[in-house]
Amino acid sequence: MVPPRTRSPIRVLIAKPGLDGHDRGAKVVARALRDAGMEVIYAGLRQTPEEIVRAALEEDVDLIGLSILSGAHMALFPRVLTLLRKEGASKIPVFAGGIIPDEDARRLKRLGIRAIFGPGATLDEIVRTAEQLARHAS
Amino acid sequence: MSRPVRLPPTAQAIVRGDRRALARAITAVEDGDASADLLLRSLYARSGNAAVVGLAGPLGVGKSSLVNALVGLLRARQKPVGVVAVDPSSPFSGGSVLGDRIRLERRADDPDVFFRSMASRGAVGGIASTTTDVVRLLEAAGFPTVLVETVGSGQVDVAIREVATTRVVVTAPHLGDEVQTLKAGLFEIADVFCVNKSDLPGADVAERDLAELASLGASRDGWRPTVVRTSATTPSGIEELWSAIEAHEAFRAASGDRAGAERRRLAAEIVDRVRDRLAGEVARALEDDPALARLLDQVVDRALDPRTAADRVLEQRLRAR
Repeated sequence: MVPPRTRSPIRVLIAKPGLDGHDRGAKVVARALRDAGMEVIYAGLRQTPEEIVRAALEEDVDLIGLSILSGAHMALFPRVLTLLRKEGASKIPVFAGGIIPDEDARRLKRLGIRAIFGPGATLDEIVRTAEQLARHAS
Repeated sequence: MSRPVRLPPTAQAIVRGDRRALARAITAVEDGDASADLLLRSLYARSGNAAVVGLAGPLGVGKSSLVNALVGLLRARQKPVGVVAVDPSSPFSGGSVLGDRIRLERRADDPDVFFRSMASRGAVGGIASTTTDVVRLLEAAGFPTVLVETVGSGQVDVAIREVATTRVVVTAPHLGDEVQTLKAGLFEIADVFCVNKSDLPGADVAERDLAELASLGASRDGWRPTVVRTSATTPSGIEELWSAIEAHEAFRAASGDRAGAERRRLAAEIVDRVRDRLAGEVARALEDDPALARLLDQVVDRALDPRTAADRVLEQRLRAR
């Protein structure tokens, strides 16, 4: 039997830019997205913005999730967005999580980060947002 | 060799080295998109020349680390390399965490490495059903070496046989006594045995057991598997591993593999494709075609047996052509 064609899974890159080693949050989110039926490319710790964009393009992902706890988000997130634009890939939505002060979050959203999750965000909320972002981008 | 004169634009882009086009084409192939079909037909003539190295073996023996070490070695020698790393899809959610990239170390601006993670999407055997086609795209994109890392898994995951030209079976010390090496499955398909984590105690025993297994007999094509010791993270033994792979590739070229193993692989692929298409057509016809629906009714009523029904279906399909 040839099974009926179903919608192809959402591919999402989860990466941690910067130098902090706290990847528990990224892993928990990766697992939640997996359980929601997504293919999660887990790039791991200490990724440069260049490596993140390279991975996103090679893996042809629908969505990028960045996790950061080091405080360097104002330097690293805009750099990811700039590189994506340079590659003509600014259509790939980027969301983020970590310890990001409200004021920074507002500025990052203006720059093009589509959603930002701090402590207290539920996995449900993250999964729903990720699905919406990926489906509307493509 | 005859090649189509005009390639579709996407195919041209892939051949020119456009990595975005390659990445998108791989997605189309994975998703069974109609655009992939034309692409694969037009690019087939450009495949078949790469060394396709499959790495198979149990969970946690260091396949990803070995892939990273081999990429490092090949890049140090200025050789381009493509990688396809397969991880399992969840049988429950269909989702997947593809984590093989975390071992990869390379310059972010190096265009001569292409790394792609694949979910197995329900296929058993250690690779996805589309892995063979994805490897062909990488070949068409000009990669002379393609490394395929299979799902780290069990004993009978031998599908890598159908895609790789050289099969490396990776193991590590203390994964079992020599009786394990006698069991059927993965150990039967190795061209090269690799004892990884050889800095750990027990590597001598593992190597000896495999060497003994290898000495018992040559494969159908006359190749006797070699045994190599590596430590992927040190790293050590990586040059020896690559030499062993190259030796098998040279043997393959010299022994006319196209007439042997490759011919068998491609025959199997044609059979699979015909079976899949026929099965799909028949499954649909049993529901849509009133004559076949009546046939099915008879089988349900025990007025006809399924074997005879299958004969009739086949006759009808063949007449229809």
